[in-house]
Amino acid sequence: MNFKKQLKEGLLTQNPVLVQQLGMCSTMAITTSLSNGLGMGVSVTIILALSNIFISLLRKIIPDKIRIAAYVVVIAGFVTMVDLLLQAYLQDIAESLGVFIPLIVVNCIILARAEAFASKNRVLPSAVDGICQGLGYTLVLVVMSVIREFLGSGTFGSGVLNGGEGIRIFPESYGAQMLVLPVGGFLTLGVLIAVVQWMQDRSARKGGK
Amino acid sequence: MDVTKLLSIALGAILINNFILVQFLGCCPFLGVSKKMDTAIGMGFAVIFVMGLASGICYFVNELLVALGLGFMQTVAFILVIAALVQFVEMFLQKMVPSLYEALGVYLPLITTNCAVLGVALLNVQNEYNFIESVVYGVTGGIGFLLAIVLFASIRERLDMVSSPPKCFRGFPIALITAGLMALAFGGFSGLQVW
Repeated sequence: MNFKKQLKEGLLTQNPVLVQQLGMCSTMAITTSLSNGLGMGVSVTIILALSNIFISLLRKIIPDKIRIAAYVVVIAGFVTMVDLLLQAYLQDIAESLGVFIPLIVVNCIILARAEAFASKNRVLPSAVDGICQGLGYTLVLVVMSVIREFLGSGTFGSGVLNGGEGIRIFPESYGAQMLVLPVGGFLTLGVLIAVVQWMQDRSARKGGK
Repeated sequence: MDVTKLLSIALGAILINNFILVQFLGCCPFLGVSKKMDTAIGMGFAVIFVMGLASGICYFVNELLVALGLGFMQTVAFILVIAALVQFVEMFLQKMVPSLYEALGVYLPLITTNCAVLGVALLNVQNEYNFIESVVYGVTGGIGFLLAIVLFASIRERLDMVSSPPKCFRGFPIALITAGLMALAFGGFSGLQVW
């Protein structure tokens, strides 16, 4: 199995958010604290892996013409499951993610992986693909929330570390509040993608020499 | 009928809580189809239409689900309704108004995966809007989408002509930063208190 290659693709070279530019809405909307980022990332990874497994199992049964509708139903089933589980066991996260949990159904990453990978490959590689792409998404969410939370409100890991308070690095009044507002989501993601493009460009030039 | 409430819902959906720039719903088509003005306008109107219809129909679907005690099936039911609705609108337009159908092209089926549409259906339930409020929220949410995407498309057209950002910022990153500055401007509405 080329597990390593798939992992590298998911995390870096084919990262769902930074390179394939999928799933922007949730990435920008919920990355205001580490607990939100982690909660969303893990939920999407679980749903992605499960839906990839199921769609891969059903790939010979689902008729080609209605495949998108069938995929959406499979995905919506898993999303409902995760939604109910979060509401039952992790209420804080369920509340702060709000409408974005059910909206995972229309997160383009999951549909794109189902269409591009799971519908053409066997079960095991599909599961691995789901997990790797999910980890790539989680990585971006965590990086974005750490940056926004640190610069915006001066804490690290609120909701996770230090009994939910987070570790305060500088007083809240010094923070650039803007970064926790919607503006910060657009700006942080824009800069992050620019950094990735710069790195790709540089490594391509080095490879060319 | 409480007209002031409807007005405040409308103003809220268009400016204060703009679906794209404040709530981050529907960013994919916002970033994807805003390179040209014509397509942006076409997409905007298609979204208004589908969001209005979807909020009306999903209101009744939700009533039915609640009556049957199947509230947890909300997400599955709504996405199916929206997918069917988009398919239906597509067939209807193809038959009755072919010119509009041609103009919208591939963007019509893409509306199914526009999270603003599913978002509006879910938010209607969350905010406990009645039928008329739901439809008003859906339509004005769509108008907010149109406003944002048209402004954004006109900025982007100009951006391509005159500016040359650093190489690594070209394309997507600079579009995101432009959208960020627009969100900053829309953030100015957030203090607006209506009635």
